[in-house]
Amino acid sequence: MEIFNSESKKIINDPINVNNPISLQVLGICSALAVTIRLDQAIIMTLAVIFVLCSSNVILSVIRDYIPARVRIVIMLSVIASLVSVVDELLQAYLYDMSKQLSVFVGLIITNCIIMGRAEAFALKNGPSKAFLDGLGNGLGYGMIIIIVSFFRELFGAGTITLPDGGAGYVLFSIPEAWYAAGYENIGLLVLSPGAFFILGLVIWTQRELLGIEEGE
Amino acid sequence: MGGFEHYLSIFTKAVFIENIVLAYFLGLCSFLAISKKIDASVGIGMAVVVVLTITAPINWFIYEFLLSKGALVWLNTLFSVQYDFSNTDLSFLKLIVFISVIAAMVQLVEMFMERFSQSLYNSLGIFLPLIAVNCSILGGSLFMVEREYNVTETMVYGFGSGVGFFLAIVALASVRYRLRYSNIPPRLRGVGMAMLLTGLLSMAFMAFSGIDL
Repeated sequence: MEIFNSESKKIINDPINVNNPISLQVLGICSALAVTIRLDQAIIMTLAVIFVLCSSNVILSVIRDYIPARVRIVIMLSVIASLVSVVDELLQAYLYDMSKQLSVFVGLIITNCIIMGRAEAFALKNGPSKAFLDGLGNGLGYGMIIIIVSFFRELFGAGTITLPDGGAGYVLFSIPEAWYAAGYENIGLLVLSPGAFFILGLVIWTQRELLGIEEGE
Repeated sequence: MGGFEHYLSIFTKAVFIENIVLAYFLGLCSFLAISKKIDASVGIGMAVVVVLTITAPINWFIYEFLLSKGALVWLNTLFSVQYDFSNTDLSFLKLIVFISVIAAMVQLVEMFMERFSQSLYNSLGIFLPLIAVNCSILGGSLFMVEREYNVTETMVYGFGSGVGFFLAIVALASVRYRLRYSNIPPRLRGVGMAMLLTGLLSMAFMAFSGIDL
């Protein structure tokens, strides 16, 4: 098993923990917050980002020797934009409800800084298999954070947990009526935009506390 | 249709109620990274206003006359018989086209500024390349398509969104400046604290949501 030596493990593990794209490198936050109202949206978005990130990393890494340094930004943008268009069309064809809910945010994967950042920092300097692992690791790191955020936002904001399926989503769990009768209430603020900022702020704080990382300012 | 008041309503909505940063989370990367300094925040805020006001209407024209379903119908008058363009739908190309237009416009604005206003170029120049990949610019164009605005509405909406970004980033930069001397838990410093502050700002902006013109 040549692929899973310690270096490859590090390439996958680092972006999930100590070098997480969202909470530590602070990239790709734009799309991260908008899709966290419900868990199923976050899961579909994660899959889309992992697909685009892995493919763009592999493609750019394969052609890296032929890209002139001066026009590399344009080339990166066009590769990424084509991949995102493919994802957008696929979602509209097979998951129409989901693509309506995600609206413009699928298109905004293009300007997700994680993808440009990984292409620039990693894919243009390494071979395709490493670039693929790097894409996978960063995609998972991104997914981990937005899935945590959306879990809390949906559970405490709307009182449900929804998983993706072909249509409007499969409700895995919802807070029983008896609780509401007993005086339990959903925190409406979490569904609105400020809730996303607060939860992400707290997640970043918790993760840095666990990993013992400080940022000088 | 309502005339002036209608446009005023779109403008206030874009600036306050549906602020592009605080309600739609667009452009957060540069928002968080640059709001450490007030001067830089004013610079990038102004650059976003300029670029958004220019690119949104340009993308509107491109979408309306080249990409959307039936937009190529004007070609029928040129090549009358052989082809019928009234059902051509190129809207799947919109992402690629929009991002290229934005990248090209940013480059043009930069060259114009360098040529005609050296002082403006010195203060805004370094932020312009960053703006090409700022999601608020592409987001503005995509929202304009989704909401089916006409050209004037698009212009007002683009300008309003830019002003909203400007206000939000300058406000956050000022708050962060004041916080420099306060005692924040060490691991919350930086992005974590900026996130919580943005949440508070976003709550404050929600207070505008009752306004209806």
